[in-house]
Amino acid sequence: MKKTYNIEVDCANCANLMEKAAANTEGVLSANVNFMLLKMEIEFAPGADEKKVMKSVLKACRRIEPDCEIDF
Amino acid sequence: MNKKQKKLLCRILITFALTVLLLFLPISGIYRFVCYFGVYLVIGFDILRKAGKGILNGRVFDENFLMSAATLGAFALAIYTKSGDYLEAVAVMLFYCTGELFQSLAVGKSRKSIAALMDIRPDRATLKTENGAVTVSPQEVRVGDIILIDPGEKIPLDGVVLKGASSVNTSALTGESLPRDVGEGDEVISGCVNMTGALEVRVTKPYEESTVCKILELVSSASSKKSRFEAFISRFARIYTPIVCGCAAALAVIPPAVNMLAGGEAGFDIWLYRALTFLVVSCPCALVISVPLSFFAGLGCASKNGILIKGSNYLEALSKTEYMVFDKTGTLTKGEFSVVSAVPLGVSEDELLRFAACAECASSHPIAVSLKKAYGKNINRDAVCNIRELAGRGVTARVDGVNVSVGNSKLMAESGAEIPLDIREGNAVHVALDGSYAGYLLVSDTVKENSSKAMGLLKKAGIKKTVMLTGDNYNEAQRVSQAVGTDEFQSGLLPHQKVEAVEKYLLQKSKRSVLAFVGDGINDAPVLSRADVGVAMGAIGSDAAIEAADVVLMDDDPIQLVSAVKISGKCVGIVHGNIIFSLAVKFTCLALTAFGLSNMWFAIFADVGVMILAVLNALRAFRIKK
Repeated sequence: MKKTYNIEVDCANCANLMEKAAANTEGVLSANVNFMLLKMEIEFAPGADEKKVMKSVLKACRRIEPDCEIDF
Repeated sequence: MNKKQKKLLCRILITFALTVLLLFLPISGIYRFVCYFGVYLVIGFDILRKAGKGILNGRVFDENFLMSAATLGAFALAIYTKSGDYLEAVAVMLFYCTGELFQSLAVGKSRKSIAALMDIRPDRATLKTENGAVTVSPQEVRVGDIILIDPGEKIPLDGVVLKGASSVNTSALTGESLPRDVGEGDEVISGCVNMTGALEVRVTKPYEESTVCKILELVSSASSKKSRFEAFISRFARIYTPIVCGCAAALAVIPPAVNMLAGGEAGFDIWLYRALTFLVVSCPCALVISVPLSFFAGLGCASKNGILIKGSNYLEALSKTEYMVFDKTGTLTKGEFSVVSAVPLGVSEDELLRFAACAECASSHPIAVSLKKAYGKNINRDAVCNIRELAGRGVTARVDGVNVSVGNSKLMAESGAEIPLDIREGNAVHVALDGSYAGYLLVSDTVKENSSKAMGLLKKAGIKKTVMLTGDNYNEAQRVSQAVGTDEFQSGLLPHQKVEAVEKYLLQKSKRSVLAFVGDGINDAPVLSRADVGVAMGAIGSDAAIEAADVVLMDDDPIQLVSAVKISGKCVGIVHGNIIFSLAVKFTCLALTAFGLSNMWFAIFADVGVMILAVLNALRAFRIKK
């Protein structure tokens, strides 16, 4: 299952790092962050709980950029 | 400017004012430090806070940390050497934040221009019901409903005109400023603007499948497919910062140690200063921001011109196109037949056309339509009788008391007319009057006005070879190929043979270049996906083409191809320029610093300056001329 979320982040490099952090989160098969459109596309592993996974994705991203936001 | 940006601007201005004030105040000793550090905190507390959080989270090499380390280090050094030069640290932070603000404004601005581009989404539809007109949202309208569109309104859904005539402005979709005339029975496309007359339209597609929706979906998901450059830059950024930091550490430790071992003075402060200067240059921001920004701007510029590209990778690929393979029908030609020449024998040209058109008056075959169109006048049906359509041969009829046969050579033989030996045209339509040969008409697919011009311009834009593929016979293929000016052509191909032909060219082209296939998206989906870049032309309303192609030209004018190639070339040129320029400045700066030829002022100017120039250069991609 793929879903796209609006994100808020200020620097392009942070966006790249967020993509990596999201991809390494459990329950995420792949992640793609588009800095210009401020969108994050997440492909969930089968059976993953979307809310739960997104919470840990946000946590992982906050470690990189404390100010970032993900709408989910 | 949003709230965050305004806040930052305020802090920058306050810091700047305070710094200038401090320059003129004769304070010394500890008070001097306290004053400068206070000003420093105004601009830098945010970055210090983030750096602190980063350390807690185990992330050492982010730019906040680097900037904090460099500036705090500069403060420490100024105290240690008793120079009292705290200005440097404040200035570095100030310029760094100015750079960040500028970057954020530039990105915001380009986001906005893309958003304006996407302003084709219709927000309401006027539904015709038994109780009069009702305004609803386009999502609520169902297939088969009738909607009313007043002049000046956006067409909310795809449909067919039932009543009324108008011209519609398609420029938001196609970039073509010439309005298109529509009348009863014509299709209209959502996203266009109705200009002159009121229209009553029967909806043919639900909102989710309408053209405007498809386009918006395409535009907003574009640029999530990343180009090689973007992948390179994010890999580069990941290693660049740690390496520069490592170098900085080495610079702070090794030379003083060597000096000490050699028995001289260590010179800790000099080398520490150089190391701190290294940290200022270690931020990869200019590169990281400028590449995706250029592509984003390039994609935006393309969509503005009616060229939808599904990702930066395809924009990049398009710029490397060496072979361009075209489908014939609908791409280079209009896909409509017309009479190209009439060769009468013993009758006038007008007579020949009249007899042929009258005999074909009841037929709806494309060739018959083209004959009637060429004749151009009204046909008096009463004068025509005994019409017989003979499958695979033609038509016979009695027109004004004359027995007319219109068809191929077989029919001529049957009606006893002898075709003169010197006539060998393959796709001629022969005409016999009362059994004697009266001449022939050449019917052919019309070449688009701009096809040949586009070929010339493509060559100029760097395409090495153009090839035309068609299922038509050799003669016809040769004629079109010559008229258009393609380098090669292949005729008589079935759809799967077109794939094979493309595969053959894929092997022929040089390894790093790209083969693009251009088709109209009808029956050539397999070829579109087999080529490196599949371009679908005139794809308004054709879902299959939008699915299969990588690049979608909204208009069916081949000149748009030239625009697409040019935009991609310029955009990639800008990206190249930015990468080379930023790297060159950064490495020069690092080298100068290592040898003590620069200072922190120079470093921060280089860092922020490069970023600003790179961003300005990237924004140029928005304004590429067609």
